[in-house]
Order: sequence, then structure tokens, then C-alpha cells
Amino acid sequence: MSGGAILPLRLDGIRYEAGGNVILRGIDATFGAGTRTIILGANGAGKSVLLRICHGLIVPTAGSVRWANGEARPRAQAMAFQRPVLLRRSVLANIEYALGLAGVAGTARREQAAAALARVGLSAIGTRSARVLSGGEQQRVALARAWALRPSILFLDEPTASLDPAAARNIESIVQAIHAAGTKIVMTTHNLALARRLADDILFLHDGAVVEAAAAGEFFSRPRTPLARAFIEGELS
Amino acid sequence: MRDFTLALAGAARLLAQGDPELWQIIRLSLAVTLSATLVATLVGAPLGALLAIARFPGRRVIVVVLNGFMGLPPVVVGLGVYLLLSRSGPLGALGILFTAKAMVIAQSLLITPIIASLMRQVVEDAWSEYREQLVSLGASAWRSGFTLLWDTRYSLVTALLAGFGRAAAEVGAVMIVGGNIANYTRVMTTAIALQTSMGDLPLALALGCVLIAIIIGINAIAYGVRNWAQRHYR
Repeated sequence: MSGGAILPLRLDGIRYEAGGNVILRGIDATFGAGTRTIILGANGAGKSVLLRICHGLIVPTAGSVRWANGEARPRAQAMAFQRPVLLRRSVLANIEYALGLAGVAGTARREQAAAALARVGLSAIGTRSARVLSGGEQQRVALARAWALRPSILFLDEPTASLDPAAARNIESIVQAIHAAGTKIVMTTHNLALARRLADDILFLHDGAVVEAAAAGEFFSRPRTPLARAFIEGELS
Repeated sequence: MRDFTLALAGAARLLAQGDPELWQIIRLSLAVTLSATLVATLVGAPLGALLAIARFPGRRVIVVVLNGFMGLPPVVVGLGVYLLLSRSGPLGALGILFTAKAMVIAQSLLITPIIASLMRQVVEDAWSEYREQLVSLGASAWRSGFTLLWDTRYSLVTALLAGFGRAAAEVGAVMIVGGNIANYTRVMTTAIALQTSMGDLPLALALGCVLIAIIIGINAIAYGVRNWAQRHYR
């Protein structure tokens, strides 16, 4: 489950329509190993749908999602949602559930779940009921669960958008740690400050199309398009 | 009014004395209805989950029919089971007409749609919340179904008790397939009907009181369980 064998992930001409609306109009992109890619864009740009297509939750109307190892949906990937969905059981049992689905059993499962919880600093609440935790704690549990799976690539859909600043900083540092441990990060946000702190590469979407794909430093200092410039200056949102 | 007071006094005496006939009837009632609830839960809950998650042609029709069957008239269910189990019927060889088994079958059929329909609604709501997360984690449809049933287990208690209440209170189905045979297939509801028509009001009233107490007790438990679960799990 480790190594970059499934990366790069290549998107080719991804198009998505729902209920007569065109959400994505032909996205080409490559997500290579190692970097933190931030998908930026205003609300309604199609960021979340793109992420779900990458992760295999939505089938695109046209175009292809190709993993380097040729699998349709490799297991070595995970996703964290804006609103974490935890099961009605203990925090540890939530992580063990995910490990169980990934084929980890017995003592190894318990140990890996406990270790994952320790990495996000929540060892003390392993036996508590997951859904009564605060939003920030629930998101940390969701990240621990994703991290426990040792994914090669982790998709995050606005993981801090519904959290207070302190909880958001906490999540941000966990994402950094997951990346430092060798996982490719692909995260959507419309939060510019967050993107500046985290991004290696930027994929800037507007109205269902890629407007710019660039290294983060270049994107923020010398945006090539008026739309990107407007977004950075806070005029789009 | 005097009749009522006398009947009530008689009922109290029977209950206080622990009248053996009374207790035999109560025991059989509980045994039949609990068995039927168990069978209906084992069939109805997974069926509800399946209808909530799976998408197949004819699903909507089944959902509508099942919802309609929540209000099945017990006598009609009784008649259907009677025809199945009667000597010349397709299952006549089993020879279980006018036994407690036949009563369990009839009540199971009566309340399976109730449990299945209620659970379908609950699981469908949970599924819309959990779907992406479970697919993301790689859960199969089967695994998702059982995960959802487990996660909605406290609502399952409510569905199960709705079924239990309905089965415990019905008289038509068990009357037809059980036959109301003393010490053998006589349960609370059929006994009340018979005793009332024979004028033995104290026994009828005592049974009525017990029946209502059981149903209120069961609902109090359900209420408590739900409240506790709400606080404990959200």
C-alpha cells in the first residue's frame, strides 16, 4: 500500500453534467507524487465534484481518470470531507472499521488504529463516542482514519471550512504531517491564506474549467490570467 | 357502571391471586408475539436496508406496496395463512394449522412490512449521509447495508416495537389460524373477545389491563432507549 506506484494520476478531458448543468467542461490535469496540490476556485467552480471524480465517488460524463498502475480505483487513496462522517461507535472503533475494510485484522488493526489516533493527538479520547465530539475533533478523527490507511494520495474537500480558526490550524498541521510522512495531498479550498501556506502547486478552476495550473509561488506572485489575478485580489468568491 | 366496578374488582382479584389460566394466556401471548417480532425483524430489517441501498427495476413498486402493507387487515392475513396451512392448502402437509406456530407465521407476515418500511426510511436517511464515506472506504453494498443497520440500531428498536405493539394487539389473524383453543392457542386478545361474549367480564378486563400495561411498558422502554442513544451517539 505504499510507494508512489499509483501516481501520477492523470485526468483527461473530464466532463461532468448533472440535471442539464455542465459542472466540469473538459478538465486535463496530472497529480504527481510528493507535492501538495491545492485546487483553488470560487464556490461553484466545480472543485468538490472534481475531487470526487478523482476519488472515484462520481463517474464523469466523459473523459478518463487514469492511475499509473492501471487500476480503476486503487485502494491506496483516501478522502476527508468537509463534514466528517463518523459511525455511531467509539473513536477507535471508527478507525478500526476503516482498517478492517482495508483488510487489516486482529492485533495489527488495534495497534494501527491506536497509533493513528496518537498521531493526531487524540489518544485520550479513543473510547469516547465519535459523534458527540466537537467538529474539530471529529475532523481530526476523520484524518486519523484516512491516515491509518497509509494512502499514497489523500483528497481533502475543504476540510477546515466549517471549523473555528484554532481547530482549522490544528487540521492544517495534521495535513502537513501526513504530507511529510509521504502522502500526496490534493485539497480544495477557497481560502487563499490556507492555500499560500500549504500549496506546492495550484490548480485554479473557474466555472468548470482549469484556468491556471502552476507552481504556487508563481501563481501567487505572477498570475497569468485576469481571472486568477482577480481571485487572488479577493474579487472573486 | 356497577358491572364495570364489579368487573374491575374481579380483575384485580384475578391478577393478585396469580390465576393460572390468566398467566398461561399471558405467557402464550408473549411467546407468540415475541417470536413473530423476532422473525419479522430478521426478515424485515435487512429487507428495509436492501430497499434503501439497492437500485433495481421495480424497487419503487415494492416500496409502495410495502408501505401499503403496513395497514394490512389482520383478518385478511389470517385468512391467507389459513388457506396456506389448511389441509388442502399448499403447506397443509405441515399440519400446523390451529397451533401456536401458525399464529407466529400470521403475525410475522402482518408486521414484517411495518418493520421493513420503517427501517427502509431510517436506513435511507442514514445512507444519504454515509454513502460517500462508505464508498470512499471501500465498503461493499452488503457491508454498507449491515453497517447502516448497526448504526441505526436505536431506530431499529422503535421499528421493532411498532411491530410488537401491532402484533400484540391484533385479534383477527390469531383467531383464524389459532382457533382460540383453551390452554393451547388462546392468547390475550382472543380470550378477551371470547370472555366478553360469554359475559366473563372480570377475566376479559384483567387481560385487557395486562395487555395495555405491556404495550405502555414496551413503549416506555423504547422511549428511554432512544433518549439514551440520542445523548450517547447523536
